Amino acid sequence: MNIWTYILKRLLLMILVLFGVACIVFFIAHVIPADPISAMLGGNAPDEVIKRVEAQLGYDKPLIVQFYNFITGAVVGDFGLSLRTNNPVMQDINNYFPATLELTIFAILISTILGISLGVLSAVHRNKIIDHFSRVFSIVGVSMPVFWTGLLLLLLFYYRLGWLPAAGRLDFFTMPPDHITGMYLLDSLLTGNWEVFKDALRHILLPAFCLGFLATASIARTTRASMLDVLKQEYITTAKAKGLKKNIVINRHALRNSLIPTVTIIGLTFGSLLEGAVLTETVFSWPGLGRYITQGLLFLDYNSVMGGTLYIAFVYSLANLAVDILYAVLDPRMRT
Amino acid sequence: MSKTTTKTKTGWFQLMKPYFEDMKHTMYLWRRNKLAIVGSIIIAAFLFIAIFAPLLTPYQPDVQNLSNKLLPPSSEHPFGTDQFGRDIMCRILYGSRIAIQIVLIVTIISGFIGISVGVTAGYFGGIVDEILMRITDMFLAFPRLVLAMAFAAMLGPNLTNMIIAISLVNWTPYARISRAESLRVKGQPYIESIRSMGASNFRIMFSHVLPMTISPVLVQLTLRMGTIIITAAGLGFLGLGAQPPSPEWGVMVSDGRSYLIDQWWVSTFPGLAIAIVVLGFNLLGDGIRDMMDPRLRR
Repeated sequence: MNIWTYILKRLLLMILVLFGVACIVFFIAHVIPADPISAMLGGNAPDEVIKRVEAQLGYDKPLIVQFYNFITGAVVGDFGLSLRTNNPVMQDINNYFPATLELTIFAILISTILGISLGVLSAVHRNKIIDHFSRVFSIVGVSMPVFWTGLLLLLLFYYRLGWLPAAGRLDFFTMPPDHITGMYLLDSLLTGNWEVFKDALRHILLPAFCLGFLATASIARTTRASMLDVLKQEYITTAKAKGLKKNIVINRHALRNSLIPTVTIIGLTFGSLLEGAVLTETVFSWPGLGRYITQGLLFLDYNSVMGGTLYIAFVYSLANLAVDILYAVLDPRMRT
Repeated sequence: MSKTTTKTKTGWFQLMKPYFEDMKHTMYLWRRNKLAIVGSIIIAAFLFIAIFAPLLTPYQPDVQNLSNKLLPPSSEHPFGTDQFGRDIMCRILYGSRIAIQIVLIVTIISGFIGISVGVTAGYFGGIVDEILMRITDMFLAFPRLVLAMAFAAMLGPNLTNMIIAISLVNWTPYARISRAESLRVKGQPYIESIRSMGASNFRIMFSHVLPMTISPVLVQLTLRMGTIIITAAGLGFLGLGAQPPSPEWGVMVSDGRSYLIDQWWVSTFPGLAIAIVVLGFNLLGDGIRDMMDPRLRR
């Protein structure tokens, strides 16, 4: 199959899946709660207040009309007003999502660097101390709940040592950089605002490390396995026999070829990081989309929950699509 | 008389011999896998604690004693006490009962959903397969925790609803695996011959396809038990799962957040319990996977 046909097919499928996702979200928010309005207002609100809120939310219309409105709104990114913040939900998402994206990207960077180095080291020194260490580190890493790791990091680096700040993206008195992407690190780099950059970097280190720790394990294990495969190949023996230095053989000959499976794993971990971001953001009071959704759920703010959840599903599907396409480009056998 | 008994016994033994050999080989592989042994010991201890929790501690998990609040770890309270003067070790021991309840029920419900969907899709193929797999894709399009959060919040956050919510998002990997396995099995000649004898689809699926697909699904079920505990604790931590005063571990970690600076033990020990039990499940799951792997079995 031609690569473009494959991409087109996957895109169409994704639209279908997203429609289904919207159905699930609508079902969760409108069908499961027995009485959303009274849950929102408390048990003994006056009737006219209930009526007014119902009309305001469109809950007085038949379910099918509500569904139609939701879907048509979702297509153009209109999820209505958030009951909690009184802003359009899409505006809130635009404010909160860059923070999540920045955190996730930074976490991926950390876990990639850490994971690939650990993986290469443990493949080269197979069954030596470093390999055992990396194995234990990996399996312990995936076993620790991310919110707990976060609390321990806070306890050590904030309360005990006082090296890094605990909450938020910037110090209270630091002005955010000019809005370009909404990601403070990138924005302050682009505007050359070093003070803000340093502050933002100090704030992101702990949450990003906490989140990246999750993904390090799988990246390290994958790199190790594919590196071991590559190291058995004959051209590696040839390279060694030519008298090349060990470093050159490993970095120039072996590592490059062993990275293909790693790339896929890195793409796939993006999803698990989005999931972990919800908890990390809560622990570190990071104003991201995950925290926005959590707060929305606790306040029963339906519009922001539906909008936020759908948006996260959209981003998640997009990431998975990107991985699939990348994979198809790298490996023609996958295009079926 | 006695002669015939011995004869049938040996006959029976002969019949089962391959299974015994297989089991012996499995035991051999298990003994060689140190990490799997560690995992088994952790899980055995976990089960033991869950069953005998009341005998292991002199305290009650939800009796408050404000004169003892926020005591540091001591010989009387090995893990200290929380803001209501409850013994933390006692609450962790009782919390293991909640954890095991969550793991078992979620595994059963989501395993059932996943296997039903997967075997049906794989066996019928065609349009049924298309529809069921697209539904699976829809569930896979969410980060699992986010979807579970939404389900739990809308059902009303409590332990039961949290279990339902996790089950509803956790079945997809089982569906995928059992579908792949049934696709492989259904092409085999023996299925064809059973069908030609007039067996119904349901009968073929239930008693001839399902047993052949079960073992990889079982491996997956054990591998995911740790994840279930982590998800449940995460929901509890966010306030969308079990509610205080339940000694659920995630709730306990969340309880201790406000006291992190001076009373570190309130959050630390419940989190440690989660980490250790999840570690046990992960080690055991990895071990079982390695033991089931035909390439390693030889």
